[in-house]
Amino acid sequence: MRRYFGRKLLIYGLTFFVAVTINWMIPRFMPGDPVSSMLSRANVAQPAAVEAMRAHYTAMFGFDLPLWQQYLNFWGALLKGDLGISIWLFPTPVTDVIVRAVPYTLGLLIPSILLSWFAGNRFGAFAARRKWLDNSVLPIGYVLTATPYMWLAILLAWALGIVAGIFPVAGAYGFDLQASWSWTFLGSLAQHWFLPFASLFLVAFGGWAIGMRNMITYELEADYVNYLRALGAPMRLVRRYAFRNAILPQVTGLALQLGVLVAGALVTEIVFSYPGLGHLILQAIQNQDFFLLQGAFLFIVIGVLIANFVIDIAYVLVDPRTRTGMGGTA
Amino acid sequence: MSNGVRNEALHFALRNRKLVVGTIVIAVFLVAGLAGPLMFDHGPNDYVGPAMAPPSGEFWFGTTTFGQDVFAQFVYGLRATFLVGVLGGVLAAAVGMVVGFVAGYRGGWVDELLNMLTNIVLVLPALVVLLIINAYLGVRSIGVQALFIGLTSWPWAARAIRAQTFSLRSRDFVDLARLSGVRTPKIILREIAPNMSSYLFLTFILLFGSAILVAASLDFIGLGPTQGVSLGLMLNNAARWSALQLGLWWWFIPPGAGITAIVGALYVMNVGLDEVFNPKLREM
Repeated sequence: MRRYFGRKLLIYGLTFFVAVTINWMIPRFMPGDPVSSMLSRANVAQPAAVEAMRAHYTAMFGFDLPLWQQYLNFWGALLKGDLGISIWLFPTPVTDVIVRAVPYTLGLLIPSILLSWFAGNRFGAFAARRKWLDNSVLPIGYVLTATPYMWLAILLAWALGIVAGIFPVAGAYGFDLQASWSWTFLGSLAQHWFLPFASLFLVAFGGWAIGMRNMITYELEADYVNYLRALGAPMRLVRRYAFRNAILPQVTGLALQLGVLVAGALVTEIVFSYPGLGHLILQAIQNQDFFLLQGAFLFIVIGVLIANFVIDIAYVLVDPRTRTGMGGTA
Repeated sequence: MSNGVRNEALHFALRNRKLVVGTIVIAVFLVAGLAGPLMFDHGPNDYVGPAMAPPSGEFWFGTTTFGQDVFAQFVYGLRATFLVGVLGGVLAAAVGMVVGFVAGYRGGWVDELLNMLTNIVLVLPALVVLLIINAYLGVRSIGVQALFIGLTSWPWAARAIRAQTFSLRSRDFVDLARLSGVRTPKIILREIAPNMSSYLFLTFILLFGSAILVAASLDFIGLGPTQGVSLGLMLNNAARWSALQLGLWWWFIPPGAGITAIVGALYVMNVGLDEVFNPKLREM
C-alpha cells in the first residue's frame, strides 16, 4: 500500500510541477510581447496605475533576468502564495479574487459530482435487471452524455427560467440582496443554485448510469456468477456481488472524469453568470487579465489533484487488493 | 481478416440496429454539412434577412437578431464540427497509438517513462490547459484548435492500447516474428496493430466525439475560430446577444441539438460496432 500511495504522490507532484511550468512557459514563448499588449488592453485611465502595472509586469516577468532565474523566481512567488495582481479588478491580488469565487464553484461541483455518481450507479444497476427499463434508460443515457454541458444549461435556463419563470437564470443570489445569514438570502442562494446544479447533475448522471449498466451486464456473465447460480444462491446475493465488483471501475472512472466534470462546471457557470471560477476565467479572458487566468488555472489544477488523491484513498477502502499491497501499477 | 470473416462482420453490421441508426444519423449530418453550404449564394455571417424572424419557408431555421440566416450558419458550422472532430480525433489516436504501442511492446524503463507521461497528462484538466493556451494565441483557427485538442486528449487511449499490446506481445506469432529478426516498428505495424484494428477504430470514434465536445466548449467560451462559424460559436453568439431573453429558440436549439445528435450517434455506433466485432456481446 505504501508503494501504491508513493507512486500516486509522485505522479501528483510531477503533474503539479508540469502545470506550473506550462503556466510559466506560455506567456514567454507565445508570439508577441505580453507586457505592452497587456498594458494597451487593460484600459486603465490613471497614469499612476499604468506605471504601477508596468513596474509590476516587468518585475513579474523579469524579462531582463536570465530564463532560469525567471523560472526560479516564479516558483518562489508561487510558494509564498503570490500570484500577482489582477488587472480586471486592479489592484486586488489574484489570490483574493480567486478565494472569493472558489466557494461557489465547490458548492456546485461537490454535490453534483457525488450525487450524480451515486444516483447514476444505483440507477444503472437497477436498469440492468429489467428489460423495459434498460431499453428506456440506455437511449436517454446516451443522449445525456452526448449533450454539451452549456447546451443543457441553456435549455434549462430557457425552459424553467425564462418561459416558466420558476428559477432565476443569472447570479448567485438576488441582485437586491446583501450577503447575510438571513432566510431570504439563503433561499435566494438555493434558488439560484438549482439550475446550474441540475444541468451538471443530468449530464454526468447519464454517463454513470450507462457505465454501471454495462459493467453489471458484463459481471453477470462472469464465472463466479455462474458458480454462485449453480450453487443455488439467491439472485439478490449474486447481484450484490456483481455490484461490488462493478463499482471498482466506476471509482477509477470518477478519477478519470474529474477534469471533464470540472470543465463542465466552468462552462455551466458561464451560462448562468454564476460567480465561481468559470465566470472568473471568462472575465479574465475578456479583460486580457492573464495573471488572473494563470492563477485560476493553478487553483483548478491543485483542486483536481487533491480530489484525485481523495478518490485514491476511497479506492483503497473499496478494493481490498490495494490494501494487501498486491495491486496498483499506478 | 479473411473473406469469410469479413462477410460475417458485414452481415452482423447490417443487422445491428444501433450501428445502422448511428451511421445513418452521421451520414445525414455529413451530407448536410458538405452539400448544405452549396445551397447559398451568401456566407453564413452575411446579413440577409429581416431580424429575429422565426423559422419559415425562406429561412428554415429563422434568423438572428442581426438578420443572419441560422440555417446557413448551421450547415457551415457542421463542416467546422466534423473537421475539428476528425483532425483532433486522428491526431489524438495517432499519439495514443504510438505511446501505447511503444510502452506496451518495449516494456521496462521506456514503459515506465511513457506511463508517467500518460498519467501526468491524464490528471491535468485538459480544457483548462486549452483555455490558457488559446487565450494567449492571437489568431485562432480550426486547425490550431484541433492540434491542441489532439495533443491533450490521447492519454486514456494510450493506456488502453498499452494494455492490449501487453497481452498481444507474448503471443506465438509475435515471438516468431521477433525470432526471425523483424524490427520493432515492423512488428508493431504488421503483427500487433492489425490484430487490434477493430479496437483502434472504436478508440478513434470515441476520440472523434470527445474532440467535438471539447471544441464546442472552447467556442462557447469565445475561444473558437476567429473567422467563420461553428456550432459552438453559434451558441456563444446566441447567449451573448440574449437569444434566451428574446425568445429566439431557433437560434440556440439547432446548434446544440446538432452537436448532441452527432456525438450521441458516434457513441451509439461505437456500442454497435463493439457488438459486431465482439461475438460475446451480440444480442440474438
